Amino acid sequence: MSLYFDHNATTPLDSRVLEAMLPVFDPRYANASSLHRAGRNARDVVERARAQVADLVGAPAQTLIFTTGGTESNNLALRGVMAGQRGKTLLIGATEHPAVLECAQALAREGVAMEQIPVDSQGAHDLDWLSARMGQGDVALVSVMYANNETGVLSELPAIAERVHAGGAWLHCDAVQAAGKHPLAWSDTGADLLSLSSHKLYGPKGVGALLVADPVVLHRQMHGGGQEAGLRGGTENVPAIAGFGVAAQLAREELPARVVALQALRDQLDAGLDALPGAQRFAAQAPRLCNTTQFRLSGFDGESLLMALDQAGCAVSSGSACASGRGEPSHVLLAMGIAPDEAKGAIRVSLGRDNQSADVERLLQELQRLNPMTSRLMRSVAS
Amino acid sequence: MAAVYLDHAATTPIDPAVAEVMQAALRLANPGSPHAAGREASAHVEAARAAVAARVGARADELIWTSGATEADNLAILGTQSLSDPGHLVCARTEHKAVLDPVRQLERAGWRVSWLKPGPDAVVDAAAVLDAVRPDTRLVTVMHVNNETGAVQDIARIGQGLADHPALFHVDAAQSLAWLPIDVTAMGIDLLALSAHKCHGPTGIGALVIRRGRARVRPLLFGGGQERGLRPGTLAAHQILGFAKAVERLDADPSAYERVAALRERLWEGLRKVGGVIRNGHPEMIAPHLLNVTFADVHGESLVFSLPELLLSQGSACTAGGDEASYVLRALGRSDAEARASLRLSLGRGTTAADVEVAIEQICGAVRRLRSVAPLAVETGRVA
Repeated sequence: MSLYFDHNATTPLDSRVLEAMLPVFDPRYANASSLHRAGRNARDVVERARAQVADLVGAPAQTLIFTTGGTESNNLALRGVMAGQRGKTLLIGATEHPAVLECAQALAREGVAMEQIPVDSQGAHDLDWLSARMGQGDVALVSVMYANNETGVLSELPAIAERVHAGGAWLHCDAVQAAGKHPLAWSDTGADLLSLSSHKLYGPKGVGALLVADPVVLHRQMHGGGQEAGLRGGTENVPAIAGFGVAAQLAREELPARVVALQALRDQLDAGLDALPGAQRFAAQAPRLCNTTQFRLSGFDGESLLMALDQAGCAVSSGSACASGRGEPSHVLLAMGIAPDEAKGAIRVSLGRDNQSADVERLLQELQRLNPMTSRLMRSVAS
Repeated sequence: MAAVYLDHAATTPIDPAVAEVMQAALRLANPGSPHAAGREASAHVEAARAAVAARVGARADELIWTSGATEADNLAILGTQSLSDPGHLVCARTEHKAVLDPVRQLERAGWRVSWLKPGPDAVVDAAAVLDAVRPDTRLVTVMHVNNETGAVQDIARIGQGLADHPALFHVDAAQSLAWLPIDVTAMGIDLLALSAHKCHGPTGIGALVIRRGRARVRPLLFGGGQERGLRPGTLAAHQILGFAKAVERLDADPSAYERVAALRERLWEGLRKVGGVIRNGHPEMIAPHLLNVTFADVHGESLVFSLPELLLSQGSACTAGGDEASYVLRALGRSDAEARASLRLSLGRGTTAADVEVAIEQICGAVRRLRSVAPLAVETGRVA
């Protein structure tokens, strides 16, 4: 049985979420926009889930739009806001997920002024740069993630929000990786728009959400049908939405316990890596998500270490699953000033609620076995 | 008594075999992950892609997954045409909102649109479509089966007529996949939008077929590069596998077309006995599952409210809740009042003869009751 350490790519569905989804596959739940009873049943399920997901981050339910996932939420936030802000500038963090980064780059190709907020060697945004840039008065939207998907680095959101709002702009926050792993209240983040995803918190794939605060003017990007208050056309995916709702409720109820357990496992992993010759953790000094550690092992290319670990029964990632297979060094690490050769060695371990202390131990043992520096040592001790 | 579901055009109940496949597939990893678990998920997704593509005569590499037909229609139209470079396009007035809304967006940006009206039989004449095509036409969009009337368009004739024209031919096949054969090559279709939940598959998944060498699509969403960059976002493997299973199951019930068409005719024969009822649409060029009828001298909303045991609609669920009368029926020449006094009855593979008898009895009873209570409430045809 393979051990799964790739929870930032996707999480296994919680069996309780599956239980909650099964009844909604029944014909008693139809098209949520139909006016008849089966349609109203479906509508009730959607609205209950809307409240459950909004509750996870302490937001009013009516601010929440269901989407197909984090990618669509991020695209809708950036495009939906910038469509009404001709001539204004978009700022994004330099370490954003491809769903923000590539969307922003596409907007830039279409003529939108776009700049990236630099980060330091620990992945922290340059707040002085941001203050100075906001002072120019031309920024309409700033997009900064709550927690980085590769390094786990937590952004200084209230401080960022303060500067963004002082400059008269709106703040979008991609909270896809943080929700369910970190205590997260929408009002504390200061964000005006917030992206969430179901399958990163033990819910089904294919559903996400975008929270939009009242004053934000958002232009819809999916046309037709008028669903989601006209902001996102298309028949609602009722079973997935129901699953997202329950997953969000469980995440809210169990968050303190999950954080404690994951933090302990991550500390165990970090300590083991620090004792491993040739291992180097990235953003080691930064405040990070309780489940994420990114590192490199001297002498290893990330992709080959990933494959070696995979053969040994440990599923890890070299970075974002969304950018895997491209063979390019992570833009996140490059933005932090890591040399391309070192960045290419990156391995991301993202822990989840199915991981045990013994699993982390096993991963560390496999790394020791694969590591030329320790395996030579072990051989000499044995002989 | 259990309610009778006659709203299969809005969504169809999930086939139990589909639900079973989905439940098993919910455990799959991220198909974009390079490790063994990710590769396993990816292999399933690719097998499903080949199966769904083959069903419509396309190659696997011509099909990309979307969240449904709405997204596929948006991508087909806004992903191939440019707001900043206006041209000419041909579109039927009776298209689904998922097509109309992006087309109107192009129109607002300066595109010239030839809006085609259907004939009284709800069919848009293929010759009229081809007549509207000009040398500078860049897009022709005609749905295969209309979601309100069931009217079947002669897609092959339009496609063949466009074979030597550079205009792209987009077809929304959300309503037809469950009932009619589709072959993008033989029918000359360049872009084809599909939906799973209209053929007993799950909501939240659809596909766009993009014919190689014919159409080039720019993405509307940007991110992790999934679907060759055309539709990024983590692939929902369980929904994709559910879609493929639903398509496979369509073939497991080869007599469905004849059976459902016969039930639909029985429903019509039963309803027409109440008198003062018009059938909207062509009696033959129609998909087997749809019957759209207008009742004279009946107030539409009262009719629907007096049928609590029948789950049906008056038009598209995508426009339900609005005050507008069906634009499709208005395009057929029905007045607002007539359009409101209409029912869209859509049958499915699970509809039984008993369901049909219940529907006939209840609808005819309600119509007679309403006419006796307020015989002059609406004088059909003379009300603005």
